[in-house]
Amino acid sequence: MEEKQEELFNRWFSPQVEFVDEKTEEAYKARVTRLKDAIQYKKTPDRVPVFALLGFFPAYYAGLTPYDIMHDYSKLEIAFEKYVSDFEPDGHCGAIGPGPGKFFEILDYKLYAWPGHGVAPQHSYQCIEGEYMKADEYDALIQDPTYFFLATYFPRIFGAIEPFKELSPFTNVLEMYGGFTPVSFTPFGMPGIQAALKALMEAGNESLKWIGHVVASERKVTAAGFPDIFGGGTKAPFDTIGDTLRGTKGIMLDMYRRHDKLLQAMEIFTPLMIRMGASAAKANGNPIVFIPLHKGADGFISNKQFEEFYWPTLKKVMMGLINEGCVPFLYAEGSYNSRLELIKNDLPKGKTLWGFDQTEMAKAKEIIGDSACICGNVPTSLLTVGTPQAVKDYAKKLIETCSEGGGFIMMNGAVIDEAKPENVKAMIEATKEFGAYK
Amino acid sequence: MESSDLVTALADLKEEEALKIVEEKLNAGEDPFKILEDVRRGMEIVGKHFANNEYFISDLLYAGEILRVVTEKVKPKLATTKEAKRLGKVIIGSVEGDIHDIGKNIVVFMLEANGFEVHDLGVDIPPEKFVEKIKETGATIVGLSGFLTLVFDSMKKTVEAMEKAGLRGKVKIMIGGGQINEEIRRYTGADAYGRDAIDAVTLAKKWVVDV
Repeated sequence: MEEKQEELFNRWFSPQVEFVDEKTEEAYKARVTRLKDAIQYKKTPDRVPVFALLGFFPAYYAGLTPYDIMHDYSKLEIAFEKYVSDFEPDGHCGAIGPGPGKFFEILDYKLYAWPGHGVAPQHSYQCIEGEYMKADEYDALIQDPTYFFLATYFPRIFGAIEPFKELSPFTNVLEMYGGFTPVSFTPFGMPGIQAALKALMEAGNESLKWIGHVVASERKVTAAGFPDIFGGGTKAPFDTIGDTLRGTKGIMLDMYRRHDKLLQAMEIFTPLMIRMGASAAKANGNPIVFIPLHKGADGFISNKQFEEFYWPTLKKVMMGLINEGCVPFLYAEGSYNSRLELIKNDLPKGKTLWGFDQTEMAKAKEIIGDSACICGNVPTSLLTVGTPQAVKDYAKKLIETCSEGGGFIMMNGAVIDEAKPENVKAMIEATKEFGAYK
Repeated sequence: MESSDLVTALADLKEEEALKIVEEKLNAGEDPFKILEDVRRGMEIVGKHFANNEYFISDLLYAGEILRVVTEKVKPKLATTKEAKRLGKVIIGSVEGDIHDIGKNIVVFMLEANGFEVHDLGVDIPPEKFVEKIKETGATIVGLSGFLTLVFDSMKKTVEAMEKAGLRGKVKIMIGGGQINEEIRRYTGADAYGRDAIDAVTLAKKWVVDV
């Protein structure tokens, strides 16, 4: 796994782009090296690296709305490139985050309200909680997750392909001549499914158009010397089921009422989650796999529930990714104070990156800071309503608390939308000013 | 069957056991109000466990679910509606632009379990709706909930609307949600912020005496 990780880091270090000039190439390589050293613990970096975890901040900064950059992809490029060139962070989160509005409209997406569709054009996505998988459907999910997604989950979350509930399992198509195989295809002759397939093709066209802009823009930014932080993404199996299949309330009740089924379903998802993260990292030539952590945060569940339901399969996903040479970037939203002791012995040195929102950073450094690189914690509230001086003071204090011996990256706590630009700049500049290792 | 058994079963989140006891009590012709009083006592203990960090959001959601199932069983047997005595009135809602409600619902559950009359306006509530409801109910406590950062401004506007309507001196306002802290409390002009449902109950109890 050492060689695999080194290989992915090397690919990240030498991307397949034409740099603007030698200076930008040098700057790019210095930034990747800085991030790599902070993560690997083999060498102390030249200084604390810094980047911001962004929602729609670049849109607001460019004087645009979230709606604008989700519907006019050239505006997405403008906003994204302006942010990176004006702020000069050590890394960025790519232009993929905002997503394509028309794609969701074509498919009649139900999981979220988005700018201009259920929320105002100037605001961000909002999750629409629901039981998109019913409590009594665990057996169906466990037996055949792909068929369950295709014929049960998709029809509920994409209105335009609701007719897919008529599809038969593809595993019915066996090598038997005569009528056995054709009979599985009869649903494809029905008008409803044909309309759904047309919607999928239209959505595919939109996705392709959008990703073209995203990739072009990211390549430009790379060529200008700024690495993309994310090689891929995946989720903790508990969150996969809890976020948008069973919903928050659903999964909480299932821990009591459907204990065994829930555990079994998470085991089914575990290899799928590893595959999702590792395949993206390999395709993109970047080891970092983002894993946003939701329902294992302090207060949501007990330590006992965390140890029984949340951590075992997340740990397997984490180790599976590490074995593939990836660096799991576990981003703990909310706070994780009560979990640090529970996870500390499970973290191989120099193989993970932990992002924290409201976790006490001194505690995080003390408990997991010997093996894991930690980042985050500059409060979103401070960046939104505070002053540049207050941000600078906060960042300086974080550096004093967390940077000793490497293993620390400056980052904001929760994803930022309408933060004050001068405050985001203060976070980045304070790190450059105070973060050097001597 | 002792009534304390039901209280304990509920407090320990033993759903099947609690339901069995309720069935037995109903079959034995016990006063449904007495059963509901046991249920209230059980939920009060659940709230205490939460306050002591022995119970978590998972436990509260499950307690709420058991409460729903038990109440559904008992309600048809209630011949009259006897109004329980309430501590005070609270108006609560997720502010304009925000449609999240899990945190808010937990606060509602805890306030009700502690004897408050809660008017839950729901999600994405514009400032004027809060104002209207305060005038209609005469409530003295208002809770503004929000998960996203856009709510900083929505909360500020809601507090300003109460000010404009001449209600600011008559109500105490608390705010809470994912990214809310003291700094945001100052920004919005609210009276206090609460980190969780326990804070909300503590504040409400304090304010009911103050007003």
